[in-house]
Formats: sequence, structure tokens, C-alpha cells
Amino acid sequence: MNYETVIGLEVHAELSTASKIYCGCPNEFGGETNTHCCPICTGMPGVLPVLNKKVVDYAIKAGLATNCEITKIGKQDRKNYFYPDLPKAYQTSQFDLPICKNGHVDIEVNGVKKTIGITRIHIEEDAGKLLHDASGGNTLVDYNRCGVPLIEIVSEPDMRSPEEAREFLETLKSILEYTGVSDCKMQEGSLRCDVNVSIRPVGQKEFGTRTEMKNVNSFRAAFRAIEYEVKRQTIELEMGNLITQETRRWDDEKSASYSMRSKEEAHDYRYFPEPDLVTIAIDDAWVAAVKETLPELPNARKERYIKEFNLSEYDASQITSSIHLANFLENCVALGANAKSVNNWILSDISRLVNEKNLEQSEIPFTPEQLAKLIKLIEDGTISNTAGKKVVEELFENPRDPEIIVKEKGLVQISDEGALLKIVTEIIENNPQSVADYKAGKDKAIGFLVGQTMRATKGQGNPQLLNKLVKEELDKR
Amino acid sequence: MKISKEDVKYVANLARLNVSEQEADKLAVEMESIITFADMLSEIDTTNIEPTNHAIKIENVFREDVVTGSFDRDLLLQNAPSKEAGCFCVPKVVE
Amino acid sequence: MELYKLTAHELSSMLHKKEVTSVEITKSVLERIENVEKSVEGYITLTPEFALETAQAVDNKISKNQDLMPLEGIPMAIKDNICTNGIKTTCASKILENFVPPYDAFVTSKLKGINAPIIGKLNMDEFAMGSSNENSYFKKTKNPYDLNRVPGGSSGGSAASVSSDMAVYSLGSDTGGSIRQPASFCGVVGMKPTYGMVSRYGLIAFASSLDQIGSLTKDVTDCALVLNTITGHDALDSTSVKITPPDYTKALENNVKGLKIGVPEEYLGDGINSSVKNAILKAIEVYAKLGATVEYFTMSASRYALPAYYIISSAEASSNLARYDGIKYGYRTDNFKDLNDLYKQTRSEGFGAEVKRRIMLGTYALSSGYYDAYYKKAQQVRTVIRNDFENAFNKFDVILTPTAPTTAFKIGEKTTDPLQMYLEDICTVSINIAGLPAMSIPCGFDEIGLPIGMQLIGKAFDETTILKAGYTFEQNTDFHKVRPGL
Repeated sequence: MNYETVIGLEVHAELSTASKIYCGCPNEFGGETNTHCCPICTGMPGVLPVLNKKVVDYAIKAGLATNCEITKIGKQDRKNYFYPDLPKAYQTSQFDLPICKNGHVDIEVNGVKKTIGITRIHIEEDAGKLLHDASGGNTLVDYNRCGVPLIEIVSEPDMRSPEEAREFLETLKSILEYTGVSDCKMQEGSLRCDVNVSIRPVGQKEFGTRTEMKNVNSFRAAFRAIEYEVKRQTIELEMGNLITQETRRWDDEKSASYSMRSKEEAHDYRYFPEPDLVTIAIDDAWVAAVKETLPELPNARKERYIKEFNLSEYDASQITSSIHLANFLENCVALGANAKSVNNWILSDISRLVNEKNLEQSEIPFTPEQLAKLIKLIEDGTISNTAGKKVVEELFENPRDPEIIVKEKGLVQISDEGALLKIVTEIIENNPQSVADYKAGKDKAIGFLVGQTMRATKGQGNPQLLNKLVKEELDKR
Repeated sequence: MKISKEDVKYVANLARLNVSEQEADKLAVEMESIITFADMLSEIDTTNIEPTNHAIKIENVFREDVVTGSFDRDLLLQNAPSKEAGCFCVPKVVE
Repeated sequence: MELYKLTAHELSSMLHKKEVTSVEITKSVLERIENVEKSVEGYITLTPEFALETAQAVDNKISKNQDLMPLEGIPMAIKDNICTNGIKTTCASKILENFVPPYDAFVTSKLKGINAPIIGKLNMDEFAMGSSNENSYFKKTKNPYDLNRVPGGSSGGSAASVSSDMAVYSLGSDTGGSIRQPASFCGVVGMKPTYGMVSRYGLIAFASSLDQIGSLTKDVTDCALVLNTITGHDALDSTSVKITPPDYTKALENNVKGLKIGVPEEYLGDGINSSVKNAILKAIEVYAKLGATVEYFTMSASRYALPAYYIISSAEASSNLARYDGIKYGYRTDNFKDLNDLYKQTRSEGFGAEVKRRIMLGTYALSSGYYDAYYKKAQQVRTVIRNDFENAFNKFDVILTPTAPTTAFKIGEKTTDPLQMYLEDICTVSINIAGLPAMSIPCGFDEIGLPIGMQLIGKAFDETTILKAGYTFEQNTDFHKVRPGL
């Protein structure tokens, strides 16, 4: 039996507002437990919520960036359940009148373009955190995160493979980063994802029973969780079992998902309109005002880079997927650097080092000025490309003027033809066998000889020059 | 509308209340009487009537995105029945 | 002189004229409490030192010839579901028995802002659920007119304390009649303003879309003074209206010529006790003689107000009371092996029977499969009732009804059948459903001398007209001057 995978995703993004959604506490990651709290976000008796306008602005912005319709008359609703991280024993969210609906995001996987629908985007408050107490076997509750504003983005079940899901997540993250509504840091929890997976026999119209997976903490984990769940469900169906509709917990270390029985009973959320919060009426003027604040979005920026900077589709796509990298590139180009060179450095060595050092793309420790200067030093022959790589490594460790780094590390390349010619002549005379090989038609011999000259110059010989000189001299003999 | 003992137990669980067997019996009777009373609402024709969620119609009440500071942690914890390491303390929760 | 017997406006005038000090007034009330509290049992917590400190501060102001605000230095008390920083606020429940809020309710700040000496926190039905004050975890408050009878509820302590002069005025809360009905039973003036006129910040919630804070006073003049103090926009309450309240004392005019009074027939029907009916009819005659026009009319959806109210209020309450879980504050059971136990045991041990019953009812009405038939339906009926009132107010300036179908009943008389108790609210709940202002004023006594209250209902935000109607009635009758013989 051939099965088709059907995937829907629910993405939660923490909004980067200064204050929480219903109170004036700071919306900050980290900090000592329960120090970003007040009676309102800890659900004390008698307190009331007041909605942060920026939360609505940001939700509208995210909706416009994903082609959604903005709801004219909306409301908030209570989702009632008991859990220690939820101080009021209800989460204020939106049930049937979310701020945005009917949007879409375009993705491309292996050259094939596809549109993934966005069912809705709504606003809600985050819950606190449970910490496990080492000593007494108790659980400790920290409410710092309570009341942090979230948008929940629900996709249509339009994805058919883990690749599509991953691409959707990357694209959505990129769009959200561009709008500035969230810093989308999965490791800090400001971007979270729940994965809904079902399978159905190829050709069947009805969806199969789906399961929901939580605790998916990275896009890679999403990919692996989907693969696992598809395998698991396939095995179940082939054994003649039914799929139980349930919530499962993904354990990335064990590469498996486990049923979360405790969440089973939580189905009856008894949603009802939040009586303490009033109607949200969004008129055309408000939407227009938010639209003004929309930046050039990733796709548009990509097209522009292809036209203006002559980047390839692939390169433009790669670099614009991150607003931080794209901004870095544009800043360098504004200083006169060649776009393609900048692009290559960013996508190769710089991205590699960012990953190795576990940095965010927004945390490149050196400036566009410094990169532009480095590129100039290579272009005018002062240093070789290889030396350039060393400079980049140093810029990550101890960022300063590349000229100073080059001087300190003695990386200035030898471009004096006269000096090089002496060395080339010496090497050629010392390696008659190689000369003979070359004359016999073995082109590899040049490589060897050039390599030797490089060694002799301790790597500082201008490689293009050396190549040229070696060839010239060989041809003379 | 009839209310059975099972209904009572289901609702009690949702509301995190314990009910003994006798209490469940008593509550079933009381709730049934009140719900039956409430059933008279079905006598009114409410087709096309919008529900009223707020007594007085107000729209768009917001606060500006400004940090007004947080509360002293000791004050927030002062009424806590069990606290540890600057946190509220509950029996071990297995996720 | 028995200062404790006087009204706030009389005492204020004496203070201004330096005929008396705030400390003297406060001490007089405290002495009265010493004599009478053991019989009436209106207070859960007394804060005499705090009251006297405030009184002293006021006296210091007076000695420096500084101007005083109208209610400055007049001792008062607050229902125990309104948060007072540093003073226990219990909602008359075991689950909040030792809860000390580290913040003030908006109205509490307002009172502190006018240097009102706060004498203490008043008894009530647990979490404001009840019509007799018999649901308090701590004690049963008695009706000062007859200590074997209930003072009404849920603001029983607030009404009884003013009625027995143990507070010059008090604050209560009203969700389905909880200020007006006890005011009626205890022979005092009880006012529930339009929804949104008084901030609910710091009022421990029962039913968010129905709750309002209001006043219990000895007369309508005092009522206007309290309204001037507690009304007004609060940025911390999203449902607080952005209207600048008028000066309510300007409504105190002895004139109802041309006032159009409507009396809904449904409110004088079979469920209403005959002595109550008679008192209302006599009151109508008084108004007619003074030049008002009185007309009977019908409000066909009236009978649905009570079931709609119980569904909506219980549903909201089931959600508002879910936060009482033994984790952040309040009572925690000793009897638990895991989290689930902690929740269930704490809540079952901490809440009284009526509260549990309403939580169960509300949870049921919101639960999957029943939401449309009950909660949603009730909210639709709510629209119908509001429309009924809107139509009525196209013809009338004020709607007049009895406040309660009976006078004060005996303690224990209605506790066997919850539905019997709920029927006490038939005259008052529709007002909360529509969010309108309403005031109960004394308009007579029954055969055994128990007070009867008349309810004056106004258009939204038209407290002025009902104050005027009430003031005029007082100026032409003596009912408000009667005090229980305690």
C-alpha cells in the first residue's frame, strides 16, 4: 500500500514587543525567576488585562506579510485548562475570530514551486516555565514567560513531505524576521513548532487520523519527527491497527515520539469570549498604516539582488533567506565592495564560522566596513585569497581593521615579479624531473612546481603570478 | 435536560473538584433542577440574534507598548503556600 | 451625641465647621461596633488602628485650615472581595482565608486618596454567590431589624453595617442584585452604577460581565457623594468607560414633574409578596402626586432573565475561580500525593457548597456539546433583554419595580433548595444583564416591621435621573430615617 503524507504545522512566535501582552512587565528572555512579573501576569485575585496595541500591530504585519485577510471585528477568548504554568487556569487567546486568515506562503523544494496555505494567525499569551528541582523531587514554577505575547500561525495541511515542511518553516521564519515582529530564535524558544502528521492511501480524498507532536525544538527536529511519525503510522496501519488521535512528545535524543496521555483529557477547553477584554475593530486605515511599515520581503529582495547585483537565483535565494545576512551584504555593497565577492564570502567562510561558533546570523562580530576592506585587499593583490580566509577567522576572534591583521600576521603577499622570478627559476632548476614530465605532456607537473614555489615563499607568493611565471619559464625551456 | 451521575463526575473532573458518591447523587439532582429551569431559554426565538458578550459596547481599548516595571518578587511570593528558590512549588510534574 | 447615627453629609458638614473631629467620629463608630457587632456579625476583619491613623491625618489637615473633600475623614467599610493592600481580603472563603493582597483595588486607592478612615472588611456570601449572606465561611451576618433573619446577600455585611450604624457608608458589589437586595432587606440605599462606571480592578471576580462595585448608604445624598468618589475611568480595566462622570450631587433635586415612570407588569406578578406589592403601589401614588406620570407596560422577556443570569454568571465564575488552586496563594490542602490531588483536594476543601455548585453548573454550561444550548443561548437572550430595556427607555425616564420579591426571610429558611434561593433575584438580575444603573431605596415596611425596598432603574449612564427620583422620594417620605432598634 502506498501512502501519502499530509503535514500541517502550528508555529508559535514570541513577538518582540518591549512589554508583555496584558501588563507592563518587561518582555525579556532570561533573568532570575519571577522577576519579570506582576499581579496581572501571575493571575492574582481581582486583576484585569489590558491589551498591548503593538501586539495587534505586529499580528496585522505578520498577516500582511503572509498574504492574509485581516479580520475587521475580532475578539479574544478564554481557553480553560489546569496546568501549573498557567496561573489563571485559562489562556487568553482567540477562538473563532482570529486577527488574520486565509493567507499563503510560497516555497520552492528541489526547483518545484508550491503554495502553502495559512489558515489563520491569532494572538495569545504565553505560559510560564516548569523547572525540575534537583533536590526535593518537586517542580518549580517560574512565571517570567507568562504573558509574553505570541502569534500562532496555523498552516493548511498542504505539505506532503518533510522537505516541504522544513522549507515552509525556513520561509516563514525568514518572512517573520524581515517584518521584525519576532526574533525567531528557536533555541530561546521565541519560535516553536507543533507538527500534525497523518497518512492516507494514495488517491484517497479523506485525510487519515492525525497526531500532533510537541517539543519539536528545531527545523531539523521537525524533519526527523515527521519522518519518524510517517514510519510509525505506516507500520501501525500495515499491522491493521487504527491511528489514535493524540498528542505525542518528540524526543530528539531518542529519535522517537511518545504518547502524552496527560494531555488527553484537555480536549474540552470550554472556549468562551473573554469578558474582561473588548472588541478589536481593525479598520482599513489601521491596516494601511501597518502596511506602510512592511519592509521589502525576502522574495522581492531576492529578485532585486538578481537584477541589481547579478547574483544567481541560488545565491540570491540563499542570502536573502536571512535578513541579517542580506543587510550585511547591502551594507558592504554600499561601501563599494563587489556584490558577488561579498556574497561568496558570506555564504561560504562566514556562514561556516557562524555555525561552528554557535552564533546567530545577527551576531557576526565584525563590521561591513571590515569585510569590504578585506575584499579590497584581495582585489588589489595585497593578499591572496587563502590569506583572506585566515583574516576572516581572525575577524571572528578579534575583530579589527583587516590591514592591521594582515600586517601582524605577515600575510602580505609577495607580488614582486622580480623576487618571485628568482624563486621560480631556482625551483625549476632543482626539479629537472618535473620539467621533463611537463615537457612529456604531464600537466600535473605544473601544479607540483607551483606548489613548491608557494612553499618556498612560505605561502605568501601571489598564486596567479607564480602560476604565470612557472608556465612562462617552463615554456622557455 | 437530564443530568446523570456520570455527567457530574465528568464535569467535576474538568473543574478539578472531588465528589463523593453521595455528593455526586445530590449534585445530579440539584444541577438537573437548575438546568431544567434554564431549559426554558429554548422558548425564546433567538434566530439571527447576536449574542451579547459585553454589557456595554466598547471597542479598541489598548495600552501603549511601554515597560512600567515589574513587581517585587517577595511580594508576589508572599502568599504562596509553598515556595523554593524564588519559585512557586508544586508536586513533581511529569511532562 | 451619637455621631455614629448620622449620615456622611451631616458629619462632613460638622467636620468642616470644626464642630467635631474625624477621630471623634471614628471612635464613635468603633464604640458602636463594640456594642453591636457581636449581634450583627457584619465584619470579617476590623482595622481600627488604620482607621484612627487616617482620621488623625484628616484632623491635622483641619487644624491647618486646609480644604477638605466631601467624604474626607468619614469612616467607612469595604466588602471583603475588594482588595486592600496589606489587609486580608478573603471573599468570605476558606480558600482565601489568609490572603493578603500586595495591591489596592482602584476604588480602595480612591478612598485612600480622600483619606477615608477604613474601619474594616465586611462579611459577604462566599465569592459573592448568594442572596442571604448564609454562604460565608466565617459567620452569618444578621439583619439588624431582626437578628433571626438574613440581611440579604451577597453584600450582607455591607448593608447590615450601614443599617446598624457600624459604618457611615460602605462599598459592596453587585452581580445579580447583591447590593440592592440586601439594601432592601436592611432598609438602606443601595446603588449599582452602570456597568463600566466603576473600575473592577481589584474586585475579586465572580462574573466579569455582570460585576459592578457600588455603594450602601443611609440616604440618597450620601449615595451621590460616594459615586463622585468611586466613578471614573481606570486604564487598568478595559471595560471601564472613558466617560467623565458628572457631579452627582447636582442630581439632588426635589422635583419629578413630568418624569415618565414605567412599571413593568411582570415585576408585580405572582412571585411578589403582597406587602411588597402594596408598598410599591403606595410609592407609585407618591410619585404620581408629585407630578410624575406612571404607566404600566410589559417586558415580555423578563422571565428569561433569571435562567440567563444563572447560566452566564456560573459560566464566567467557573472560569474566574479556576485560579484558586493552592499554588500561588490561598489555602492548600495537606492531603495530596500528586498534582491532580493537590488541585482537587484544595478546591474541594477550600470552596463551600454553593460555590462548588455554581462552578459545576458553569463548567457544564460551557462544556463541549452544551455551549450552544446554554451559554450561547443565554447570551442571545441577553441581547433580547437589553433590547427590551432600550425600547422601554424610549418611552420612560425611569423604570420602577420592587427590589426583592420578599422581605428578609429567616436564617435557614431557603437553604434546602438552591433554586428557591435563586428566585430571590428575579427583580434584580435583568439589570446586570443589561448593564444598567439601578438603586434600591427604602419605601415601606411589612406587617412585622421589616424594610421594603423600591428599585429605580435608569438608562445606561443616567445615574442622575434615578438619583433625582430617589432624592425626591426621600424628601417627601420618612422611610429612610427609620433605623432598627439595636
